[in-house]
Amino acid sequence: MSFDNLDTLYRQVIMDHYKNPRNRGSFDEESLTIDMNNPTCGDRIQLHLLVDDDIVKDAKFEGEGCSISLSSASMMTQAVKGKSTKEALKMSETFSDMMLGKEVDTSDMELGDIEALQGVAKFPARIKCATLSWKAMEKGIDKE
Amino acid sequence: MDIKAIRSEFPILDQQVNGKPLVYLDSSATSQKPTPVIEAVNSYYRLNNSNVHRGVHTLGTRATDQYEGAREKVRAFVHAQSTEEIIFTRGTTTAINTIAYSYGNANLSDGDEIVLTPMEHHSNIIPWQQVAKTTGATLKYIPLQSDGTITMEDVQATITSNTKIVAMTHVSNVLGTINPIKEVAKIAHDHGAIMVVDGAQAVPHMKVDVQALDCDFYAFSGHKMCAPTGIGVLYGKKALLEEMEPVEFGGEMIDFVDLYDSTWKELPWKFEGGTPIIAGAIGLGAAIDFLNTIGMDNITEHESKLVTYAMQQLATIDGIDIYGPEKRAGLITFNLVDVHPHDTATVLDAEGVAVRAGHHCAQPLMKWLQVTATARASFYLYNTTDDVDRLISALQRAKEFFGDVF
Repeated sequence: MSFDNLDTLYRQVIMDHYKNPRNRGSFDEESLTIDMNNPTCGDRIQLHLLVDDDIVKDAKFEGEGCSISLSSASMMTQAVKGKSTKEALKMSETFSDMMLGKEVDTSDMELGDIEALQGVAKFPARIKCATLSWKAMEKGIDKE
Repeated sequence: MDIKAIRSEFPILDQQVNGKPLVYLDSSATSQKPTPVIEAVNSYYRLNNSNVHRGVHTLGTRATDQYEGAREKVRAFVHAQSTEEIIFTRGTTTAINTIAYSYGNANLSDGDEIVLTPMEHHSNIIPWQQVAKTTGATLKYIPLQSDGTITMEDVQATITSNTKIVAMTHVSNVLGTINPIKEVAKIAHDHGAIMVVDGAQAVPHMKVDVQALDCDFYAFSGHKMCAPTGIGVLYGKKALLEEMEPVEFGGEMIDFVDLYDSTWKELPWKFEGGTPIIAGAIGLGAAIDFLNTIGMDNITEHESKLVTYAMQQLATIDGIDIYGPEKRAGLITFNLVDVHPHDTATVLDAEGVAVRAGHHCAQPLMKWLQVTATARASFYLYNTTDDVDRLISALQRAKEFFGDVF
């Protein structure tokens, strides 16, 4: 591994989401709130979802963690906004596969910035950081 | 101390990680294993493997002699009065759970107090939370000073006539604080309480004399002191252990078994239900021989020099927070300002430098430090000032790297 690999891990776009997280905060109105933490490292996230009629109307998050977990949360909230719960879960599945280094078919979904996280697959110790917020989203939709 | 000779005994250190020579600075999590320990376990399985304390055949006798021989080595190493006071366990966690479930649940009741510190590892907090839930006892914490130490005034103020157990770590796995166990034990005893010590971070690095400390129970793990994982020790004063009930029942620990009742073996075996951790104990015995050859005082001094050097070098880095007191054991917990410790550890790993990042099984202490996680570099007998230099330059790279992207 070299600094090239590190560059793949910490691409500009990830650092941008880490430094300027999108959708950070909570809602004034009542929302679906899910707490998720990574007990091995102490990262914690609180995800707020506004789900109506099986559509994720809006998503915000709070919490603390490393650059990978927070940027992933930032990207995830962007990605699922406006999607049906079914689409959001499908996206999460695709993302998990991507983290495991599997070939994924992303032709029918707009992953946008998320593709920048592909490099995480090369760092097995960091995969759980990347999937934390996604697991929270899955849990929330399951609850709904 | 001939570091080069010592390092040659640790085959794992001689390798490249991510294209760089490995620098292992995570011995507080688990230490590496020297050839004599690997060989002891290997030759036990190759030549002597058999169950202990049963069977009349020759292999059984050899295995029993080696297993009980290891117990005597442990006894001498921590200066217990008798091998009856040395119980083999799976590790520190199991040892503390044994005290909690056996002594704690039997001797505590509503209104009693268990006194701890906020710097405890989870394994010296949660068993006591469970005892408190079962017995109605309450937990009390001796407050920490801003440098992560405790004062004897606070110890005096926290321990009362209602206190039945004082449980404290000898050395903090995060702060490196070395606690005044002997003095605290005296105060505990003055109030009729017993003293339980988590020695996981102490026994591998310094001479420990359980009689001089006058603690009632002392727990530690083999894997942090060059021995295999899965073996640990519970030391307890004989008078207390004799009064206690086992927590695991079954083979090995019985005297007579009837259909409706049974009696237990004498100490220490009544606490060792089931086939014991024979190879692990033999490995621990070999680790003790190895450490004794080098000398515990030499190891302490070596680590002390390394940590002093590392503190000087870390001070040259701008934007680093270091936690813990001036006088510390051989570990340094830190954070680069504005870089999450996971990110720091990933960059260090790319440079071949292994450090720990996370909450170190000490969430209450993280809360007290007002951080969610930290990075930690910990030293042992095989580390060198070159390792420190590699750590420093890797940290410089991490700073450059994250400085660039921000």
